[in-house]
Amino acid sequence: MSVVAEQVVSDEFALKLDQQFPGASLYVQRTIDEIATIWIERSHLREIIRFTKNSGFEMLFDLCGVDERMREHRDGLPAADFTIVYHFLSFRQGTELRLKVGVSGEDANVPSIHDIYPNANWYEREAWDMFGVTFTNHPNLFRILLPPTWEGHALRKDHPARATEMEPFRMDFERQDKEQEALRFKPEEWGMTRRDKNTEFMFLNLGPNHPSVHGVFRIVLQLDGEVIVDAVPEIGYHHRGAEKMGERQTWHTYIPYTDRIDYLGGVMNNLPYVMSVEKMAGIEVPDRAKVIRIMMAELFRISSHLVFYGTFAQDVGQMSPVFYMFSDRERLLRIVEAITGGRMHPAWFRIGGVAQDLPDGWDVMVRDFLDWMPKRLKQYESMVMKNSILRQRSHGIGVYTKEEALDWGVTGPGLRATGMDFDWRRDKPYGGYDQFDFEVPVYQNGDSFDRARVRVDEITQSLRIIEQCLNNMPAGPYKAIHPQTTPPPKERTMFDIETLIHHFLNVSWGPVIPAGECSVTIEATKGANMYYLTSDGGGSSYRTRIRTPSFPHLQQIPLISKGLLIPDLIAILASIDFVMADVDR
Amino acid sequence: MEELFIYVVIFGTLFGVFGGAAILVWFERRLLGIWQDRLGPNRVGPFGIGLALADIIKLFAKEDWIPPFADRFVFVFAPTAIVMAMLLGFAVVPYAPGIHIANLNIGLLFFLGMTSLAVYSVLLGGLASNNKYALLGGLRSAAQMVSYEVFMGLSLMGVVMLTGSFSLVDIVHWQADNYWFVIPQFIGFVVFVIAGIAESHRLPFDLPEAEHELVAGFHTEYSGMKFGMFMVGEYLGLILISCMIVTIFFGGWLGPAFLPPFIWFFIKSFAFICFFILLRAAIPRPRYDQLMSFGWKFMLPLTLINLLATGAIVLWI
Repeated sequence: MSVVAEQVVSDEFALKLDQQFPGASLYVQRTIDEIATIWIERSHLREIIRFTKNSGFEMLFDLCGVDERMREHRDGLPAADFTIVYHFLSFRQGTELRLKVGVSGEDANVPSIHDIYPNANWYEREAWDMFGVTFTNHPNLFRILLPPTWEGHALRKDHPARATEMEPFRMDFERQDKEQEALRFKPEEWGMTRRDKNTEFMFLNLGPNHPSVHGVFRIVLQLDGEVIVDAVPEIGYHHRGAEKMGERQTWHTYIPYTDRIDYLGGVMNNLPYVMSVEKMAGIEVPDRAKVIRIMMAELFRISSHLVFYGTFAQDVGQMSPVFYMFSDRERLLRIVEAITGGRMHPAWFRIGGVAQDLPDGWDVMVRDFLDWMPKRLKQYESMVMKNSILRQRSHGIGVYTKEEALDWGVTGPGLRATGMDFDWRRDKPYGGYDQFDFEVPVYQNGDSFDRARVRVDEITQSLRIIEQCLNNMPAGPYKAIHPQTTPPPKERTMFDIETLIHHFLNVSWGPVIPAGECSVTIEATKGANMYYLTSDGGGSSYRTRIRTPSFPHLQQIPLISKGLLIPDLIAILASIDFVMADVDR
Repeated sequence: MEELFIYVVIFGTLFGVFGGAAILVWFERRLLGIWQDRLGPNRVGPFGIGLALADIIKLFAKEDWIPPFADRFVFVFAPTAIVMAMLLGFAVVPYAPGIHIANLNIGLLFFLGMTSLAVYSVLLGGLASNNKYALLGGLRSAAQMVSYEVFMGLSLMGVVMLTGSFSLVDIVHWQADNYWFVIPQFIGFVVFVIAGIAESHRLPFDLPEAEHELVAGFHTEYSGMKFGMFMVGEYLGLILISCMIVTIFFGGWLGPAFLPPFIWFFIKSFAFICFFILLRAAIPRPRYDQLMSFGWKFMLPLTLINLLATGAIVLWI
């Protein structure tokens, strides 16, 4: 897959649009990440998006809103109170495209595109939930992340961000009843019937507290006996407003919040965030920091995949593997602890590098782990992946094709299990991955077993990457020499006044990042994770958009679980490998 | 004197199996712990064995809640049924020559009858709870236990044919004269073990309570000692099945003379209990329909072939 220079394509695509829709007014915005960004008008939205899909942009990668009303550095952008940003991907051309449509506050609505890109359904619900922008013709425009009884739209700039800015919260019995009633599932709202001519259906709330939903996640099942007729996934129970917090934390103090998005991914979450900020600030990260980052990210990929491996076996009823895998993970976390001081949420990457240099003896620990892990993986192979009952339980269960996966925004191992040979690390390398030698495991069936298979093979590949990091760790500084590096290298502060000033400012106030927009996507543990940051030239982000892989993965559960049994659904949930914090943010 | 001895055996059995069930709670966790590179319970008393006691106290002291939406009478009755049925099953187990509660001439049928009764417990518990998960668990267990009942009975018929008696004591005596039944009736043995696990619904056949799918299946709504009864019933079932395997296929109390017969019986049963526990650690859970088709499409023909072959041998050889 060749990577074409994006700016060229951008202009090309704008030209193509211009030819195709002569009446439409287009505005090409220059962004720091050089992704084609074109403002279009609402009246042409659906035609242009349909044309976009036909021109090879297979996936609606992200859809989000931005409240433009308080933005100062708009630099000639078309007037708008709110913008809806559509982010598209073309795997074939290796390109990205951003389309933006602006709406005014009084007339905040855009046509829904859920019939063009099916995964727009949830994204549009989220945008409505957060910004109050209505999507006309949307089949069920309900709240998705906030409770159904919520008032206001949380990501609007005039919505309070702190509890202290709101009335004290009280939950009396009356309110409790009201909230509970609001959560009751009403099949009619979802176009379901309570009975057909022969059967009375059972509606089962699987969750929000259930051993197999890996957190707080509710799936309402319409059951005929144990056969799933239809399913409605319900999310939002884990919503903590991470995107809103991005707007009040400084660029630097937001880093720990990113750790908690995909809480099994640890520092892997820091990576797209700090890279995005660095791009906006124009920081070039030294080689040593790059390699350290990759090594830590891959360690966490293994850690996350081990949790997946164990819980996958456990969810199909195999009791023991999870204990073995957690003890391996413990070894790994001990390395993480020695290097970063933290375990699950080290928040260890910094704008411009990493927090500290590697400690003495890190290489011994890593090498021990590299020696230990392959033979354990061999054991797990025969214990789990070759087990005939497990194979029976997961072969041909929860199948989707490559086209369906693209339609529904599936990324990561879930996409590679359908025969799609695409990995961001190899095909759109970021942060120094182009210097590494590794393979991308790809399988063809797109069922639960292959999804597991891909991840198991990825552990081996990650070990390979770590080994290369270990053998080729460059010498040099672990932080960039740049005024925005936060905090700047402390050792230098006593010798030159510039660094002292920057140290003082960046620590006390926080770095000021120049105005602009930038997104960085990485191959995270569970799929493609993107941070799309908008700076208004201030000490904190104007808009922090976190595109997480698990969100679309859950959306397509009904599609692949219809007609199966409850145990199959459990196997599907296990094979998707999601964490609810990564879904709800 | 004779009568007094019977009482000794009855109360010995009662305390033995209840004590055994309590100890098993601890033992199972401990054994699993060792297998799974963990410690298991090791804090209360030596080796953590006090956990058995602590568990009993906890179960008795817990709030015994009957959900307002449940069918009260059936809800209370259900957990007692399994314990009663399992305890009655022990009535026909011969522990050693002369040490048994009753030497029924239909001992084997009595045992099968008692294990069948245990189905009611699970089924009624699931239905009376008026809970969707419990209902699904009850449904599964009804289908599973009724099907596996069939092979369980059939798998033993080869033994009955060769012995010419339903009495368990006779079966052991036959084995003393000839050889252990595990040799001529190996297929019967395998089928009986599998059906036995299904009857006591332990992993990999724990579908009625499959916690990853149905939360806790049929006993989702049970708490306190009512839940405790289900658990005790499960352990009693485990002990009973192990005793039965030993009696029918492994020569009961038979063994070299340097140990008394009862000890041999104990050692063999204990070995099977360990086997069942370790099986739990090793195997994943098949899907419900896979379990049923495995039963009807594989186990049933296998048992029938075994039966036919044994019949032919008895007739012509």
